[in-house]
Amino acid sequence: MFKKLLIANRGEIACRVIKTARKMGIETVAIYSDADAQALHVQMADEAVHIGPPPANQSYIVIDKMMEAITSSGAQAVHPGYGFLSENSKFAEALAEVGVAFVGPPVGAIEKMGDKITSKKIAKEAGVSTVPGYMGLIADADEAVKISNEVGYPVMLKASAGGGGKGMRIAWNDEEAREGFQSSKNEAANSFGDDRIFIEKFVTQPRHIEIQVLCDAHGNGIYLGERECSIQRRNQKVVEEAPSPFLDEATRKAMGEQAVALAKAVGYASAGTVEFIVDGSKNFYFLEMNTRLQVEHPVTELITGVDLVEQMIRVAAGEPLSITQDDVTLTGWAIENRLYAEDPYRGFLPSIGRLTRYRPPMEVAAGPLLDTGKWQGEAPSGETAVRNDTGVYEGGEISMYYDPMIAKLCTWGPDRATAIEAMRVALDSFEVEGIGHNLPFLSAVMDHPIFIKGDMTTAFIAEEYPDGFEGVTLPGAELVRVAAACAAMHRVAEIRRARVSGRMDNHERKVGEDWNVTLQDRSFDVTVDADQSGSTVRFSDGATLRVSGAWTPGDQLAVMQVEDAPLVLKVGKVSGGFRIRTRGADMVVHVRTPRQAELARMMPIKTPPDTSKLLLCPMPGLVVTLHVEPGEEVQVGQALCTIEAMKMENILRAERKGIVSKVNAAAGDSLAVDEVILEFE
Amino acid sequence: MNDILTELESRRADARMGGGQKRVDAQHARGKLTARERIELLLDEGSFEEFDMFVSHRCTDFGMEAQKPAGDGVVTGWGTINGRMVYVFSQDFTVFGGSLSETHAQKICKIQDMAMQNGAPVIGINDSGGARIQEGVASLAGYAEVFQRNIMASGVVPQISLIMGPCAGGAVYSPAMTDFIFMVKDTSYMFVTGPDVVKTVTNEHVTAEELGGASTHTRKSSVADGAFENDVEALAEVRRLVDFLPLNNREKPPVRPFFDEPGRIEASLDTLVPSNPNTPYDMKELILKIADEGDFYEIQEDFAKNIITGFVRLEGQTVGVVANQPMVLAGCLDIDSSRKAARFVRFCDAFEIPILTLVDVPGFLPGTSQEYGGVIKHGAKLLFAYGEATVPKVTVITRKAYGGAYDVMASKHLRGDFNYAWPTAEIAVMGAKGATEIIHRADLGDAEKIAAHTKDYEDRFANPFVAAEKGFIDEVIQPRSTRKRVSRAFASLRGKSLQNPWKKHDNIPL
Repeated sequence: MFKKLLIANRGEIACRVIKTARKMGIETVAIYSDADAQALHVQMADEAVHIGPPPANQSYIVIDKMMEAITSSGAQAVHPGYGFLSENSKFAEALAEVGVAFVGPPVGAIEKMGDKITSKKIAKEAGVSTVPGYMGLIADADEAVKISNEVGYPVMLKASAGGGGKGMRIAWNDEEAREGFQSSKNEAANSFGDDRIFIEKFVTQPRHIEIQVLCDAHGNGIYLGERECSIQRRNQKVVEEAPSPFLDEATRKAMGEQAVALAKAVGYASAGTVEFIVDGSKNFYFLEMNTRLQVEHPVTELITGVDLVEQMIRVAAGEPLSITQDDVTLTGWAIENRLYAEDPYRGFLPSIGRLTRYRPPMEVAAGPLLDTGKWQGEAPSGETAVRNDTGVYEGGEISMYYDPMIAKLCTWGPDRATAIEAMRVALDSFEVEGIGHNLPFLSAVMDHPIFIKGDMTTAFIAEEYPDGFEGVTLPGAELVRVAAACAAMHRVAEIRRARVSGRMDNHERKVGEDWNVTLQDRSFDVTVDADQSGSTVRFSDGATLRVSGAWTPGDQLAVMQVEDAPLVLKVGKVSGGFRIRTRGADMVVHVRTPRQAELARMMPIKTPPDTSKLLLCPMPGLVVTLHVEPGEEVQVGQALCTIEAMKMENILRAERKGIVSKVNAAAGDSLAVDEVILEFE
Repeated sequence: MNDILTELESRRADARMGGGQKRVDAQHARGKLTARERIELLLDEGSFEEFDMFVSHRCTDFGMEAQKPAGDGVVTGWGTINGRMVYVFSQDFTVFGGSLSETHAQKICKIQDMAMQNGAPVIGINDSGGARIQEGVASLAGYAEVFQRNIMASGVVPQISLIMGPCAGGAVYSPAMTDFIFMVKDTSYMFVTGPDVVKTVTNEHVTAEELGGASTHTRKSSVADGAFENDVEALAEVRRLVDFLPLNNREKPPVRPFFDEPGRIEASLDTLVPSNPNTPYDMKELILKIADEGDFYEIQEDFAKNIITGFVRLEGQTVGVVANQPMVLAGCLDIDSSRKAARFVRFCDAFEIPILTLVDVPGFLPGTSQEYGGVIKHGAKLLFAYGEATVPKVTVITRKAYGGAYDVMASKHLRGDFNYAWPTAEIAVMGAKGATEIIHRADLGDAEKIAAHTKDYEDRFANPFVAAEKGFIDEVIQPRSTRKRVSRAFASLRGKSLQNPWKKHDNIPL
């Protein structure tokens, strides 16, 4: 076995690999750019080598720098992680030349699977199901109809030069195929000056399901079940799970065997992933093969008990696989949610900055990984598992140079519903402040009926959130639980306030039991009866809820129990109540005495000012240049103002035509979010 | 007897109605609560004891004798906030527009006198059209009586003003002399002369809101210390402020039970100061991470943002915080920030509130507008305030402490009790580049030499150790343990006793 392993990557995956290497007794070498000098992977590794300035093309993907780091550290093997150089055959070749092991497949396999057309050809030859279609030139509409019939409806007619949906038609019968061919051809000619059309099977209700394969250098290969990755946003996976709620045993076996056949056909030796698109009738078609460790590999580990990184290292060291296909069983259910530094309320704009607070939920070990002794890191054991693969820490920086993924939060449970529920609680317990992030969005997905049923397709996010994400409105039953918890918490806070020193003896403030709670435009009158172990909250309609939990004033996380179910709230300070975040909802909860509530109802509701005629600063930053003057007419897309944030210049452009009426900022001003820069007439 | 009780009840009911249902409805329609409703929200439920409910005016001119509503446009009395006594007056806009008469003023003066005598804060709720014109000079005399008491009470009991409607002309000077002024957005304004007079005299067209609304006074004039969305929020937040303040200058600040470990370690503070000395960071993060339960009551949040002032608690006890904010103007001191902080420091000192100072200051802001504006004397106010303060003073230098601004920011030399520095601190006469260009003027033409000199200077002086060697810094501390160190420092200073020499009063450069 290797003595020293260099991890040619950063972030969570570097940390992930270090954990397994450490467990195997292998020394680890981290590499880091200037931006990562304080990064977690650098702190975790036994040694670290600096490899250059922050941009990846001057550091993490520069092969020469990698080779220098290998030489200087004396590493015998390199794990590339994912991204960066992980599927770069030149890097694998360079390593081979100096006799350093590449923890990944052979160069040939990388090259063959790296090319889309070649990989499809090889797949077809290996007996893997590919999307039926005709790539040749189609002469006329009649031929188009003929080919469509051969492929089988529905079909998609696509312009060779196409893109952005132009020159694309879906046909369900001969008539549509005939019409579609002509209109696609015309459109393609007009748009791209190239009227070549090809025909492909149109996959309805497509799902993205991939097979994890594992092969050694001795001709052995197995598959470790599938991962369902249909929930994607612009081809970026967001939620993954294993197994897929859609596959049956026969389909799984067929997909698995074809995936292994493909891997063997290219002499694969490492962990790899064969991606398929699966239609509503469980027909599956090969998409591509990823010749590396996938981001979402933990869900496979959680249901199989196999440490994929360990297996990759062993294979790279020449060991034969110690597991056979018969040893592979899928136990329970695992879900992964990717936590991105992307603000869901601002169109998923990447957010960068300092993590003023970063407290992931406590990890809990359970399931196959615990049973096989392959759980990495320290965690108490429990009924359901929580695993968080992360590369950041509180006080760390999310930089603009790299992928905005902060963490991969996984849960495992004996069945899907339990795993989902564990995920909901884990998401609610995950504290991230200082940057925008997608936690509320993930919570929303976990509560979405389509996801709960397991009926999602790759169009899920585009269809269910067509106008972006606007936060969650809690359903009534959940709202009542939050109201009960807040009433009990507020009472505790008020009793504490009434214990301040300097009180008039015998004339203390008596904190009452009757409260009014308002949240999400609803109002509840409640009575709080507190005792040693918690509070019983009675609602005016007679319903009661028992609330317990160890919340004390100032705690930013309230881990409560309402009746028999957990309720985890992120608690912020608001005058006369709390800002509560839970289950993807973000709301102000006011708790008042009945009289306070009566008077508060008289307060005018202030409509937020109309900002459509304003240019607001989208991020805290410094005004570099103002490109317009009062009275100037601006056109759509015209640069209005340049803001420097985190050393990056952002040009704010006009969204519509208008005349500038007032300029409120000047070059050199430092602005906060939503500060008004310009006003329009 | 029964008749008398009935008479009492009917008279009380009459007084409680203020200016009658129609005017009460009009008050509500403006989004404003009545004088009595406001008192209800300000005080603990059922704790209000009213004085002078039946007082009425003595004016006989202009037919005023025909209308003599009980209470004369102001409700006064005392009650408790979380069990602690406060005196309160609340002007009733439904009675003669809340205008101030001789008797109206006498009611206010009565509670001011009682507050002074019994050692409790005065909270004034202002909602008044101004002087009662019908009473002429008697009304003006009334104002001056109130002013005189404001002056006498200053530094003896905390005085808090809420502006919850108009407050114009002479009326503004009473709030102006209190410790804190809070306004309600959209429904309150303050000015000496109103828009009509402004238009006549200077030909400026300006609305009441632009001239003296909450936004004007919290951002531009700094007359107000804060502004709130509505009456309910404003009153709740004044209650919250009172929880931080001692009842008078003979008492220590209040302590309340707390749920936060004084020794809490915040590892993330080790990375708060960026590696590039010119990159800003948010000083509020440090304040929130030092404070008990992350609770911070900020004063003048929207004015002179290059300095932060406000109250926190450490081990349950109130501490005033003054901190440079590197996010704004690099944390420089200037006229506005010096004035803002000086007033805050003097409030803390007057009421025995210990002061925590967090320093990252590159110096005073240069420029003609600053010099012409008198930055010398304004800056001296802060220096003076720190130097005369006898309360416990703990200072933490996080990064830059350059030049005269270092001296000003509660340095050891101004009787600072504990002066800590983070390892990232640079205590020096100025930044390395500037210093090099002066010391090595002869080499100015040679960029390479200057760079080398700058590097030398940085190595030698851009650290806390030169100052620590001289004893100007008591200890270099780890950022992560700041809360623990600061809490222990204040704990050790609870018995501090320090007197300034006898004087009639000082002569701070006003």
